[in-house]
Amino acid sequence: MVQMDTVLAERGGAVAMVADTTPTASRVGTDAGAGGSAIELRGLTKRYGDETVVNDIAVSIAPGEFFSLLGPSGSGKTTTLMMVAGFVRPDGGAILVDGKDIAMVPPQKRGFGMVFQNYAIFPHLNVFENVAFPLRARHWAKDAVGERVTWALDLVRLGRFADRDSRQLSGGQQQRVALARAIVFHPNVVLMDEPLGALDKNLRFEMQVEIKEIQQRLGMTVLYVTHDQEEAMSMSDRIAIMNHGRIDQVGPPGEVYERPTSLFVSRFLGEANLIEGVVVAEGGEIARLRLPSGQELRAPRDNSCGTGAGMLFIRPERVEIVPGTGASADPGTNALAGTVRRCSFLGNILRYAVELDGAAPITVDLQNAAGIAPLPVGAPVVLRWPVADSLILAAEA
Amino acid sequence: MTVTAAALTPASRAAPKAPRDRTLLLMLPAWAMLIVMFLVPLVLFFVRTFAEFDGTTAEFIDQAQDLLLSQPYLTALGTTNWISLIVTVTVLLIGYPIAYYLTTATGIGVRIVVLSIVLPYFTSIIVRTFSWMVLLGEHGLVNNTLMASGLIHAPLPLMYNRLGVLIGMSYVLLPYMVLTLYAAMRAIDPSLLRASASLGASGFYTFCRVYFPLSLHGVLSGALIVYILSIGFFITPALMGGQHDIMIAMLIDRALEVAVDWPSAALMSLTLLIVTLVLYAIYYRITDIRRLIGAR
Repeated sequence: MVQMDTVLAERGGAVAMVADTTPTASRVGTDAGAGGSAIELRGLTKRYGDETVVNDIAVSIAPGEFFSLLGPSGSGKTTTLMMVAGFVRPDGGAILVDGKDIAMVPPQKRGFGMVFQNYAIFPHLNVFENVAFPLRARHWAKDAVGERVTWALDLVRLGRFADRDSRQLSGGQQQRVALARAIVFHPNVVLMDEPLGALDKNLRFEMQVEIKEIQQRLGMTVLYVTHDQEEAMSMSDRIAIMNHGRIDQVGPPGEVYERPTSLFVSRFLGEANLIEGVVVAEGGEIARLRLPSGQELRAPRDNSCGTGAGMLFIRPERVEIVPGTGASADPGTNALAGTVRRCSFLGNILRYAVELDGAAPITVDLQNAAGIAPLPVGAPVVLRWPVADSLILAAEA
Repeated sequence: MTVTAAALTPASRAAPKAPRDRTLLLMLPAWAMLIVMFLVPLVLFFVRTFAEFDGTTAEFIDQAQDLLLSQPYLTALGTTNWISLIVTVTVLLIGYPIAYYLTTATGIGVRIVVLSIVLPYFTSIIVRTFSWMVLLGEHGLVNNTLMASGLIHAPLPLMYNRLGVLIGMSYVLLPYMVLTLYAAMRAIDPSLLRASASLGASGFYTFCRVYFPLSLHGVLSGALIVYILSIGFFITPALMGGQHDIMIAMLIDRALEVAVDWPSAALMSLTLLIVTLVLYAIYYRITDIRRLIGAR
């Protein structure tokens, strides 16, 4: 119930934000898409036997919004998408598109574009016919089909491949055909089920940019399912983090990343340091966390967190690492003394593992900037970070 | 670069070749059996019968022409192809929905259908034909039931005519069609059907434009195999057919058993063999294409 409240609270703000930015940004360009539809999931639930795969999900997606369902495998994100698509019948709740319940509408009448994980390109049809399929299924006139297919293929930069046998395409090209096929009939909503999962890293990044550009250009609503957090963060207007069939947190990527409301979200999205301790109440927003060593750290406290066992959350890139042993007296800063145990070279960053007295090691990321010399293993260091950059979360029961 | 490539290529080519050559040895017993029990007798049969012919080549060709253009032969040829065609179409129309059901359904229903298809497959063709004769005879189960229920007053002629042949042959050949279609349908990616629906296609449109085209090679393979088996059918038409339902295999049998005319029998056999081989070549091409698609 607490989660529901936060979902609702955050929804209002985020929708307003999207409404401010999206229409102006997306309608630039000559492609007049049909625009997007609003999607609302109300208490959506799916059970398989005793297992509740999707548990009472409530989400409101604004027209033209790029909305991602992000979660580990088995978190219910694909099942949710399949219910929206109409391939899985919900056991409870409702799906509303522009305010209308679509429970009784079969998949072929929902009018959503859909991109599948394995692309689902028709092997017996060439590229042109694959993209023309939704138009032919709607009995479009021949000239209109040709015109629109050419438009869609140009949009995904496959104009020259119209006559190509679809079995001869590379993974990235198949992905583009699937995308063109999903948008060729100007759907208001496009559903994507891990569309980039099978591509290699560079190509995936390229396609992320392309999909996002096309979405903004056509102003369509996208419901995107992925387990790749970077993908979700780089493309989405808002992300819903799913865990065990529930939505843990909904919000714009920056907010979910900076201010996770649960340990699961903090760990799932990017790297996180979580320092165990006991929360000591203090009037106001800032609380203190007492470490087993007796030292105290200060940080803003999440709403869900009372007194008792707690975790201090801080991103590795927010921690400053200073050689030496001197403690800080600055009240706006937390400081911890430790020893360098390991330094990994990750290209653009240097990742340190710093050992503390009687606590789990802390990860610190440093930009691999000019003039940086790696600290030697065993060197005594002080870790510092601004109080406002960290957060105290409730420890999981 | 070129040196390394040249040095590597022969080695990498030779490596997989050696084990394959040895595994081919596993085929020796099968080959031996095929050659001793099928190929040699077949060739001997043709060589002997044609060698016994003591006329000139021109006379032989004359006689062969006489036979192959004779009324009984042409009639049997027409009957054979017509029956085979109808059986193939019938079996396809019955088998396609069954095969589709098998690919989609789960649980006890599938097991019952598989059992009722596969069990007859392992049963002697004579037994199966006789079972149908019990059912379809003048006082068979079907006629008795219909008479008792008052729907008909005289027994229907269900056997010893074309209808009997078609029923019997269709039944015997149904498993070949169902199993071939099932293999083809199982290979169809179900997400393609979902994709089709998500793109706005009705169930009928999806079937016509996606499912059926993707199962087409199975349809062709199944139809060819049923047709090939049909044109050589002997027992079922001999037992269940009427006097006008003479198929080529029966004509060959009569030439041997009744007329003791070995050259004619050999000639008819040879033509039947050639037709079968040609159809088989087509079948082989189709299944090859299928493998090409499956292996991509």
